[in-house]
Amino acid sequence: MAERTPWSLTGALRGMFAKPTIDDNTWEDLEDALITADFGPDVTDGVIEDLREKVDRYRTTDPADLKRMLRESLEERLSKLDPTLRLSDRPAVVLVVGVNGVGKTTTIGKFAKFLRNFDRSVVVGAADTFRAAAVEQLATWAERAGADIVRPQQQGQDPASVAFQTVDKAKREGIDIVIIDTAGRLQTKSGLMDELSKIRRVVEKQSDIAEVLLVLDATTGQNGLAQAEAFIEHAGVTGLVLTKLDGSAKGGFVLAVQEKTGIPIKLIGQGEGIGDLTGFTPHVFVQNLVG
Amino acid sequence: MATFGNLTDRLTETFKKLRGKGKLSPADVDGTVREIRRALLDADVALDVVKEFTGKVRERALGDEVNKALNPAQQVVQIVNEELIGILGGEQRRLEFAKNPPTVIMLAGLQGAGKTTLAGKLAKWLASENHTPMLVAADLQRPNAVTQLQVVGEQAGVKVFAPEPGNGVGDPVRVAKDAVKFAQDKQYDIVIIDTAGRLGVDAEMMKQASDIRKATAPDEVLFVIDAMIGQDAVATAKAFQDGVDFTGVVLTKLDGDARGGAALSVASVTGRPIMFASTGEGLGDFEPFYPDRMASRILDLGDILTLIEQAQKAIDEEEALKVAEKFATDTFTLEDFLAQMQQLKNMGSIKGMLGMLPGAKGMRQQLDNFDEREITRTEAIIQSMTPSERRQPKLLNGSRRLRIAKGSGTTVTDVNQLVTRFEQAAKMMKTVAKGGMPQIPGMGPMPGGRMKQQAKKGKKGSRSGNPAKRAAEEAALAAGIQPGGAGAGGAGFGLGGAAKQGGPSEEELAALQKFLGR
Repeated sequence: MAERTPWSLTGALRGMFAKPTIDDNTWEDLEDALITADFGPDVTDGVIEDLREKVDRYRTTDPADLKRMLRESLEERLSKLDPTLRLSDRPAVVLVVGVNGVGKTTTIGKFAKFLRNFDRSVVVGAADTFRAAAVEQLATWAERAGADIVRPQQQGQDPASVAFQTVDKAKREGIDIVIIDTAGRLQTKSGLMDELSKIRRVVEKQSDIAEVLLVLDATTGQNGLAQAEAFIEHAGVTGLVLTKLDGSAKGGFVLAVQEKTGIPIKLIGQGEGIGDLTGFTPHVFVQNLVG
Repeated sequence: MATFGNLTDRLTETFKKLRGKGKLSPADVDGTVREIRRALLDADVALDVVKEFTGKVRERALGDEVNKALNPAQQVVQIVNEELIGILGGEQRRLEFAKNPPTVIMLAGLQGAGKTTLAGKLAKWLASENHTPMLVAADLQRPNAVTQLQVVGEQAGVKVFAPEPGNGVGDPVRVAKDAVKFAQDKQYDIVIIDTAGRLGVDAEMMKQASDIRKATAPDEVLFVIDAMIGQDAVATAKAFQDGVDFTGVVLTKLDGDARGGAALSVASVTGRPIMFASTGEGLGDFEPFYPDRMASRILDLGDILTLIEQAQKAIDEEEALKVAEKFATDTFTLEDFLAQMQQLKNMGSIKGMLGMLPGAKGMRQQLDNFDEREITRTEAIIQSMTPSERRQPKLLNGSRRLRIAKGSGTTVTDVNQLVTRFEQAAKMMKTVAKGGMPQIPGMGPMPGGRMKQQAKKGKKGSRSGNPAKRAAEEAALAAGIQPGGAGAGGAGFGLGGAAKQGGPSEEELAALQKFLGR
C-alpha cells in the first residue's frame, strides 16, 4: 500500500467505489479505510452515521454518490474553521511548539522561506537549548531560507531569555516576523510544559504573540489529541501544522483535533525540500485524501 | 510515565461491567469484544491486528473454557492477557553479538523517531555492560545530525566516527564501511550506525539503507519506531522490512501518554521482536523490553519485575535489611528517612517507578502533579536539623521548627507537614513490620533476593478481593512472576508515599492497603 498510493485513501477506497451498489460490505470497507487513516473510532462513527443518513435520505445506491458525499462531509467538517495565518502585527511573533521529532525545526526553516518568498524580513530564535545540535540545525535552515538567527549565548541558556532577545532584536531592527523554535517536549512532562508557559509570558512582556503553531506529525495516531490538548492548555495554541504528509500516513487524527479543540489547521508540510510547506486548503486536502 | 495507561483505563472500565456477572451470555461477550476493539483502536493498535485479536478473544470467551469457569469475567481477563502477550511478541530476545568483533548494529526508522538519541542511549548502555561501542554518523542528510551525534557521543562517553561533515555532503555507505574497518583496527567491539531518517515510501532512501546493510553486514538491524505512531505503523514497518529488513524493534518516547498500540502491532505483523524501550530524554532512560511484563502492565498488574530490577540496581541490600530492622524495633529516624529518600532518588524517576506499580493507575493524575523537586526540598528540611533532632523528632518545638524552616528556605508549615508525614509513615511501617502483613519484612525499598519471606506471603495469601485483579495476579503467577514481587512492589510504593510531600498520602495508603488485599 505504501508504495502504491502515497498519502491517499484512494487505494483503500478504490475497490469500494468500483462496485455497482452500496451494500453492507461498503460500509465496513469505509469504516476500515477511515480507521486505517487514523481518523479514530469516534470521528469514523460520526462520519459513517452521517453518510448513512444521507444515503437513506437521497435513496441512492450508487457508490459514486457515496464518494462525493464522503468528500463533501469531510470538507465541510474541515472547513468549519478559518485557516488564515494572522501575521499583521509588527513584529509578528510566532511560537512553534510540539513533541519531540515532529519536525519543528524543519517546519521553521520552510516557514521562514515561505515568508521570505513574500519578501517579509524574518528572524528565528533558537530557543531549543536542550537537544544536542538543535541550534546548528536551525542555523542551517535559517541560512537556506535567508533569515536572521538569534542563538543562545551559552550552552543550556534559559529558552525564555533567547526568545526575549529574539523579539528584542526584531523590535530594534524593525524585522517583520519573529519565529521562535522551542525544544520538543512530551505533553506529559509538566515541568517542561510550564517552561513553555514561561516563554509565552516572557515574550508577551515585549509584544503580543501573533500565532502559536503546534506541529503535529501525520504519522501520529490518536495520541495527537492528547498532545493538542496539553499544548493548548500550556502554550495557547492558535493553529496546527501537519507535517510528514509525504509519507504513507494520512494524518486523519487532525480532523478529531480540529473538531475537539476548535483550533484550525493552518499549514501542511509534505516533503524535505525547503519549499514543501503550503497553507491549508480543506478542498485540496480532501481531494488528495479521497481522490 | 505510565505507559499504556489509557489502554489500561479502557480495559479496566470494560471489565468492571463484566465483573458483577455470574454467567456470560453471547450478548455480553459481544459487548465486551466491541469495547475491547474500540479501546484497542483508540490505542492505535493496527486494524488488522485488532480484528484478529478480538476474533480470538471472542471465540475463546464463547467456548467451553469460559462457561465452565466459576467466574467468567476472570477468565476473560486471562484470555485477554494471554492474547496480549501473543501480540506483544511472546518471549524477550537479547542482542546477538558477532563471534568475531566488531558487532555491527544498524539503526533505521522514520524521521523524528529518535534514532540519534537512541544511538547514544544504546552506546551508553553497552558501555555499562563492559563493551567498547563506537558510534557512526551515517546520517548525512538532516542538517547537523552529525553534530548532534557527536554531542550525544560525548555525553555517553563513547567514540564517534564522523569522517564526513553531513548536511548532504558525503556518502553514508562509504562511511559505514570505513567505520567497520576502523573499529577492527582500533578494537572497538561494537559499531552502532546511525542512519538518516527516511519515509517508507521513499524508494531512493530505502535503497541507500539497504546498501548500507549490504556493505556492513550488520548483526542486528534495529527499527526505531515512535510509540506515538498511528495506523501507519504497519505500512511503515512493512516498507522497512521489505526495504532493509530489520531484526528487532525499538520503541521510543514511551514516557509520553501515547498508548503505543500500533508500535506493538508492528511486532506481530512483521514477526520481529521489540527489543528495547526508550523512556525519557536522559541517556540512561533505556531498558530492555519485556513483552509479558508489558501485557501485565496493560492489565494494570503493574510492571513489577522492571521495578524490582531497577530497585536492585540502585539499592544496597544490607542497608535495606537494616532499615527493615529499624521499622520493627521502632528506631526508624529522620536520618534513615533521608537516607532512604536518597536511595530512591538513585533509582531514577519516582514517577516512573510509581507508574509501574499495580493499582497506581487510579493515582495517575496525582502522579502527574507530583513534583520531583519535593524530594530535594524534603532533603533540605531534614539536613537543616541537628543530628539529635533527626534522631528524636519529638524534640522539635516551635522555635526549632522555625529555625529549620529558615535554614532550609521553606515555611514552618512545610516542616510540620514533613514531621507529620514521617510519623504516619513510621507508624504504618511499624505495624506492618511487626507482623501486620507478612511481606513487609521486605519493606525497605529493596525487594528482591529474599525468597523465604516472600514465600511466606504466598501462603498467607494476600489475594485481592477484586476479581479482575486476582485473576491478573493469578495470571502473573502463571507467567512465572514471583509473588514476592508484588509484596515488594507494594512496599516500594508505601515508601514512595512516605517520601511524597504535599500529595494525598492517605489515598496512597488506601491504595496500598487495597493492593495488599485488606
